[in-house]
Amino acid sequence: MNEPNSPVHDDELHAFVDGELPADRREAVTAFLAANPEQAATVAAWQAQAESIRARYGAVADEPVPARFNLDALMREGGERRGPWRTWAAAAVIAAFMVGGGTGWMARGATAAAPSSSGSITADALEAHQLYVVEVRHPVEVPGNERDHMTAWLSKRLGYAQQIPDLQSLGLKLVGGRLLPGPTGAAAMYMYEGPSGERFTLYCAKTTTPESALRFREGSGDRFAAVTWVSDKAAYVVSGPSERARLEQVSKAIYDQVEKAGWKKS
Amino acid sequence: MVKGGGLATFRQAVEATIPALRRYARALTRDADLADDLVQDTLVRALRSEHLFHGGEIRSWLYTILTNLNRNRLRSLARRPLLSPIEENDAPDLAGPEAGGRDIERALATLVDEQRDALLLVVLEGLTYREVAEVQGVPIGTVMSRLARARVQIKSYLDGERPALRRVK
Repeated sequence: MNEPNSPVHDDELHAFVDGELPADRREAVTAFLAANPEQAATVAAWQAQAESIRARYGAVADEPVPARFNLDALMREGGERRGPWRTWAAAAVIAAFMVGGGTGWMARGATAAAPSSSGSITADALEAHQLYVVEVRHPVEVPGNERDHMTAWLSKRLGYAQQIPDLQSLGLKLVGGRLLPGPTGAAAMYMYEGPSGERFTLYCAKTTTPESALRFREGSGDRFAAVTWVSDKAAYVVSGPSERARLEQVSKAIYDQVEKAGWKKS
Repeated sequence: MVKGGGLATFRQAVEATIPALRRYARALTRDADLADDLVQDTLVRALRSEHLFHGGEIRSWLYTILTNLNRNRLRSLARRPLLSPIEENDAPDLAGPEAGGRDIERALATLVDEQRDALLLVVLEGLTYREVAEVQGVPIGTVMSRLARARVQIKSYLDGERPALRRVK
């Protein structure tokens, strides 16, 4: 790719430290460092950082593996772990309800008459997404294997026919769904999970806002993002990790299924 | 490669990765109990999602799960605005072999999550840039810039710390 004599790029200095430099550039980089003491000192500092990190944590891999990681036992017990993390994860959820919910979320019932914009629906959906995707044991109220029951229940509560999208072709399994307070009554949230544990949610609610095409929106702290659209008096918000290409792929698959099925709003 | 080998091979490959996962989790969380909880959740997820694994590098896949679970953990922590952890760095470090370890630990704590993930996967776990790009679901260029920012941040943290320590002495 690079000529042996082309100027040395910063990326190559990192590659040099990490042993990723192609053999034909090693000489050039070594010569560059010999001639530039300032860069040589920086590279030495990076190497020292790496060595400190390895010195600090490397030995963990040599420790005997604790018995709790016996895979057969983990399968048998289904991973029901009750460590301190579990406790504070639950505490975090309660705190979130009190902090976020006390002022906005739970109080929404009182202001249900206020007009809702698709922006505020997106914010609601992202908030719900953030709240529930961290749940390991109780992410949903109805598990994904009770699809028919869930469809009937949520169709009744939301007042229009729900058809829960199937995203298996994208490697996403339906975890399940739950009922939530929406802008004008009930809302439904369906959760999907991919092979690496990444989760997406679809939030559906009736709305009075005008039809709109798909819109992309970054969440707070750029960890999640959402794609929103309004079709036939219902809003749809797909939330997930903020990797735009993947999120758009998932959203379009949902959009296609929803539009093809022509969900009936009565 | 795993498909042909069947269940036993899959399990063996997962099992063989546990020591490395524990090391990575320890550096990510800098807390032994949290780290092992994270590893356990990773293993449970992996075993449950075995049918979703369609070949490829099991090790990278496990690193991906662990990285995502840790992000979820930090996310739920971030939602507790009133309960911020109490830093113990009011007490000056003493010189000695422990001091350097604690310096790097604190320096890691100041990094943006994605930058810390990238740096640890490269220098501690020995993943290639390409593998880290897969784990993080971003282009290699993004991995490079995360790595570069992490290194700049650690260097300035350590450079800033040392004069303070000298004054204490």
